[in-house]
Amino acid sequence: MFNGDFFTFLKPKNELEKIPADKSTEDSKPYIPDALWVNCPKCKRMILATDLDDNSRVCTQCNHHFRITARQRLEMICDKDSFVEADGDMVSKNIIGFPDYNRKLAAAKNRSGENESVITGVCTINGYKTVIFVMDPSFMMGSMGTVTGEKITRAFEYATENKMPVVAFTLSGGARMQEGILSLMQMAKTSGAVKRHSDAGLLYITVLTDPTTGGVTASFAMEGDIILSEPGALIGFAGPRVIEQTIRQKLPKDFQTAEFLRDKGFVDAVVDRRKMKDTLAKLLSLHNIEKAAVDEQPAEKEIESDESI
Amino acid sequence: MRAFDKVTAARSADRLTASDFIQALFGDSFFELHGDRCYADDKAVKAGIATIGNMPVTVIGLDKGKNTKERLEKNFGSAHPEGYRKALRLMKQAEKFRRPVLCFVDTSGAFCGIGAEERGQGQAIAENLMEMMTLKTPVLSIVIGEGGSGGALALAVANEVWMLENAVYSVISAEGCASILWKDPAKTADAAQCLRLTANDLFTMDVIERIIREPKSVESPLFDSLRNLIANTFEKYLAMSDEELLNNRYERFRKYGRTTKVFTFDEDESETEQK
Repeated sequence: MFNGDFFTFLKPKNELEKIPADKSTEDSKPYIPDALWVNCPKCKRMILATDLDDNSRVCTQCNHHFRITARQRLEMICDKDSFVEADGDMVSKNIIGFPDYNRKLAAAKNRSGENESVITGVCTINGYKTVIFVMDPSFMMGSMGTVTGEKITRAFEYATENKMPVVAFTLSGGARMQEGILSLMQMAKTSGAVKRHSDAGLLYITVLTDPTTGGVTASFAMEGDIILSEPGALIGFAGPRVIEQTIRQKLPKDFQTAEFLRDKGFVDAVVDRRKMKDTLAKLLSLHNIEKAAVDEQPAEKEIESDESI
Repeated sequence: MRAFDKVTAARSADRLTASDFIQALFGDSFFELHGDRCYADDKAVKAGIATIGNMPVTVIGLDKGKNTKERLEKNFGSAHPEGYRKALRLMKQAEKFRRPVLCFVDTSGAFCGIGAEERGQGQAIAENLMEMMTLKTPVLSIVIGEGGSGGALALAVANEVWMLENAVYSVISAEGCASILWKDPAKTADAAQCLRLTANDLFTMDVIERIIREPKSVESPLFDSLRNLIANTFEKYLAMSDEELLNNRYERFRKYGRTTKVFTFDEDESETEQK
């Protein structure tokens, strides 16, 4: 039953790292189940999944920032137990009768465990109260349909009404073609809500995460007062493949990365994920944002020490 | 006509361009203005000031050009960021003088290229969407040919959007949709049908206020009625207070997706043709 893979396991570590992660039969790696190891898509080396989790899902070798789900993101950014979700029950329908869309929606829900490509709500970040929304790669790669646009618009309207800042983590392949022109209209709708929030003198911080493209780039992602990004994130209006096909030439290295956009003047700062929460808190603190009262603040340290006992 | 026939008609080389509309509606009263004051003058966007009767209006059009030389100069109507920034500059200027803004939309989309990305195509469009929403002067957009995605919307955050009967307006091109969803360019016509991009379908979804009959030439008498219609529409919106005007525009877009109403479309036209 043992095939070659079993013996490669006994080879020195640097050889081991070359084993592709998805090469798994029941017998191939008897001592270390696959799920314990993750292949870094950038440096190709293998990382222990627990190490990756402990490192905010940033590669321990090359600092590649893995894509993470919206829930994982909220866990990293919001103070413990502070996040309260809004409109979590809103679901998309096949409003223009697009073929196969119902099945795709069901598959996306099943895969992500979410109802839509964005999660919205309120939270505190190191005590600072804010509205937050986070887009999810596992739900149709964060594509923007009418419900996505509606949830984001409501988040801004709530923030405007309650004089709160908005922190956004964007991630999207663009507008969702299965809802036709009504997806496109979400770009204008969300932009209108951002403008009203901005005109009320309120702070909006966007964090562009991998990938932020298309209609999301061309609307609320680029409308922040402060625009941050995660290292290496792909950010653009058109996708690199579309551009290559249009102009029939190879694109320069690092084109459309977070660092490229920063150097071209479109991103304020590229921030490591492990410093993101403190960075956001610092920026919020510079804008007279209300801090939650002490008894409202979740006693994070206590809880942590309880767990360690 | 079926949806893809409309796509073909909307792209037809002998179709009237934004330049034709400007010539036909405003004649010699049009004075062209150039440049975004940052980088360049994008010839894909033709813009200036003209008059309807005694009313000065700012006119901005995505212009495909009429012959090969013009089309190359105008990049086939696909604007770079500087085109959208020039449009925004002139809209802000119009706001200063409370001069109504008339936009003509005819583009397959904002240009996809290295320079466009380097100079912030996404940011330029996003800024237009935001700023147009609170522009304190009436805005009317007419889709005269192709309304290609974000590059079209960047000139169509208006109090009213009208469309010519054979124009199309879509979140993605039929070709793009067929190749992304089905990896099959042969399905382009099906994609055009599914996207609901015709004037009739968009009217059903309340995305446009009016369908305009197609003038076939610059001399067409249809331009006289169109000119009157535009003037009356601007007068109606000029009579509004700033607050009313901006609420009207905000609510116009706010309504899309407020409910997940499922639309039913009138299929008569396409069915008879299929038979």
